[in-house]
Amino acid sequence: MTGQNPNRAIDSVWRIESGRLIAGLTRIVHDVGLAEDLAQDALMAAIQQWPESGVPDNPGAWLMTVARHRAIDLLRRQALLARKHEELGRTLEIQQVLALAERAAPADDDVGDDLLRLLFITCHPVLSREARVALTLRLIGALTTDEIARAFLVPEPTVAQRIVRARRTLTAANVPFEVPGPVELRARLDAVLEVIYLIFNEGYSATAGDEWMRPGLCEDALRLGRILAELMPGEPEVHGLVALMEIQESRARARIGPGGEPILLLDQDRSRWDPLLIRRGLAALERSEALGGSLGPYAVQAAIAACHARARRAAETDWLRLAALYDALAQLTPSPIVELNRAVAVGMAFGPAAGLELIDALASEPALKAYHLLPSVRGDLLARLDRPAEAALEFRRAADLTRNVRERTMLLERATDSAGKAIR
Amino acid sequence: MRFFCYTLGDENVPMAQPTEAEMGAMGAFIGEAIQAGVLIETGGFAPTSEAVKVEYAAGGTFKVTDGPFAEAKELIGGWALIQTSSRDEAVEWAKRFLRIVGIVGAESRVRQVFGPSDFEPAGG
Repeated sequence: MTGQNPNRAIDSVWRIESGRLIAGLTRIVHDVGLAEDLAQDALMAAIQQWPESGVPDNPGAWLMTVARHRAIDLLRRQALLARKHEELGRTLEIQQVLALAERAAPADDDVGDDLLRLLFITCHPVLSREARVALTLRLIGALTTDEIARAFLVPEPTVAQRIVRARRTLTAANVPFEVPGPVELRARLDAVLEVIYLIFNEGYSATAGDEWMRPGLCEDALRLGRILAELMPGEPEVHGLVALMEIQESRARARIGPGGEPILLLDQDRSRWDPLLIRRGLAALERSEALGGSLGPYAVQAAIAACHARARRAAETDWLRLAALYDALAQLTPSPIVELNRAVAVGMAFGPAAGLELIDALASEPALKAYHLLPSVRGDLLARLDRPAEAALEFRRAADLTRNVRERTMLLERATDSAGKAIR
Repeated sequence: MRFFCYTLGDENVPMAQPTEAEMGAMGAFIGEAIQAGVLIETGGFAPTSEAVKVEYAAGGTFKVTDGPFAEAKELIGGWALIQTSSRDEAVEWAKRFLRIVGIVGAESRVRQVFGPSDFEPAGG
């Protein structure tokens, strides 16, 4: 009989409990950084005691009790110090927090709400996007700095520094521990959704490095999304984002060839799409739609993904609907990238000439100047218009622009292929 | 990572019907697993008296046997498909489940199943 290494058991308890623990502690001490330190202290106590005493029946409550006692000790010392220095205002402030901390631990019902408040803090607009991503993965996703560094291919000290700075920024800005009120909610929720989708996308189409995907990040983002959907079931865009991620993730296995090369959506073997995730994605989209109102940008993107998911074969794709959905998306969030995708859909719905017309309107778009998908799509449309020499040129341009090694290989292959057709 | 978790037990050993409190605790646990973004799908097994065994035999024939079967331990109770960040985390969820079941000797099996994120290694 082999037992489980106690430290690995503690690690997994931490992975499950730390988000709620830090959230509950932030409610008490009003400082994310301090809350994280206290939670880490409690973890250290567990590492010392559990191998001897065994993992307690309710490990989350155990960690919370230890951390709360440390918080109370710390606050008492601070109160003493403030009194000694005769800082009246500060003394009162600490005593208020202390009184709160000395009351009973937060009830189970509050735990979810605390987690949501914490998520609104880690995605707070006073932080840079990179800091939001790092802090969210660390505090809510329970990833270590090292894991975040490896996922984003940056040195660990960079991530550690980002987190330290983020903690300082939050303390300095005195960001309140609350779900934003109705006036602010829309923009603040958008920031939360953006962070989750950034994490997902970094995993789904790695912007740098040798690998085309980093699946761990996709799973982390999906988990965050599912948690948020449970915490804010009345928000259509939350379900929209979850639907979008579930359906995109359903294709993960099909979009990589045996040599690790990317396979484009229309060329994928659809029998390799994950039916469970498609079903979950479609259900989330239905929940989003059932909440009423016009679809937001995530729900529209999910509807686009769902449109592909519903087609059993690529030839059965409803391109007219897709062109209409991209039209809706272009009105909600006008951007050159959306316009580029609309051109693809229009090119399929109404022929490559119609698509090329939209693409050529984007030629002078500065935002797309270094974006490899513009020449890649243009090359594709030109190839379909039987203009292989021009297509080869575009594929080569695209290959020069992409930073992903595998994608470059694929584009160069298409360039060679088109060039071959041009000679014939 | 995805794991398929199921319970094994002897159907012939009578089990007490769960009390309302036990049912409530299990409901709360399932809610917690959903809230944690871990539980993807769950369901229950009908008794093996309802089950059928289908075996492929020589000459392209089939042997079809109605349950119950003689095996000492069978799939009983329920199953869950969960997604966790590691095998250890899946084990921790299984422990929490068994703690609520609360029957000494109750057994959960935790089997990794390949999901969309588990690609064959490049070139394989």
